[in-house]
Amino acid sequence: MSALLLGWAVLLAQFLLVAAMGCAVVRLLRGPRAQDRVLALDTLYVIAAMLLLVFGIRTGSPHYFEAALLITLVGFVATAALSKFLMRGEVIE
Amino acid sequence: MTHAAELPAWAALSVAVLLLFGAGLALVGAVGLLRFGSFYERVHAPTLATTFGIGCVLVASMLFFSLVQSRFILHEVLIAVLVVITTPVTLMLLTRAALYRDRIEGREAVPPPPRSRR
Amino acid sequence: MRRVLPHPLIALFLLGAWLLLVESVSPGAVLLGGVLAAGGSWALASLAPPRARLRRLALAPGLLCDVLVEVLRSNYAVARIILSSTKGGARRSGFVRIRLDMRAPYGLAALACILTTTPGTVWVDYDSAEGTMLLHVLDLVDEAEWVRIVKERWERRLMEIFE
Repeated sequence: MSALLLGWAVLLAQFLLVAAMGCAVVRLLRGPRAQDRVLALDTLYVIAAMLLLVFGIRTGSPHYFEAALLITLVGFVATAALSKFLMRGEVIE
Repeated sequence: MTHAAELPAWAALSVAVLLLFGAGLALVGAVGLLRFGSFYERVHAPTLATTFGIGCVLVASMLFFSLVQSRFILHEVLIAVLVVITTPVTLMLLTRAALYRDRIEGREAVPPPPRSRR
Repeated sequence: MRRVLPHPLIALFLLGAWLLLVESVSPGAVLLGGVLAAGGSWALASLAPPRARLRRLALAPGLLCDVLVEVLRSNYAVARIILSSTKGGARRSGFVRIRLDMRAPYGLAALACILTTTPGTVWVDYDSAEGTMLLHVLDLVDEAEWVRIVKERWERRLMEIFE
């Protein structure tokens, strides 16, 4: 019973998150300006981390947690570097 | 989902509700990202996903793994701390970069810099 | 104490993070985590950040609870705006410039994080010469109301903690 309920909930959550990723990808492609694209990319990182956590619950494997941790770390560094680039046109001054 | 078969009903229900709530919030935030008209409005949309969206999913994951492995799994707290620290920093950096670009190009109606820096 | 461990709070935080990551409290894990935490606090000391003065740390948990409630409330508010907004509409978003009395750098950082984490408001810029901050608000009804909220609800309490 609880396995069935959880299975459907996980499936639905995955659909919702993929739809959210689709919205972010549309914004990423449409722009219109560079800062909009960076914002969409940042959103994409967060949703990807959430999707990995949901995958972890689905498979019952704790390894997805590490992937989610890494993707939040990498997303932060990437967005910070891109913002810096938008500000000055170079990452390291 | 065979590993979840021995989960009590209340736990399965709360994990399911938390997951759907978190994923729904992320979707609403992404829809906002798509619908809002200007960059400064769009900046507000992803904060839905980065506060309670990911928070709900993390609590669901903690609850689920703690019950399945019947010991306390708390390492999701690390992701929560990381997200809480990094999201404001990235959003502030990005908004400041956008403001800087808009001021130079004079494209959108943005407030002028304070008198001391003009 | 300061010479052995320059930043005890940071070291404690690093040790906690390490123990959560390896998921054990065995003597080996604690020893390795302790060495890493001490190394991290030494690395931070070599960067020489300005020292924080935490005057009344006891007020922090209450503030944290209020931040959580506020984040929950504005999550609901912003979700409603997104789902109900028609193109254009009556909603107006815009910038507000607020004069702050707080000068403590960590207090300002905490204020910036609180305002940016809360959906619906983003801290944009701070000018240290004039002591003013620029805030972008998604649903700007009354500018004076936002000035009052920032000063009464957050700035006054952060000043009690940090100054």
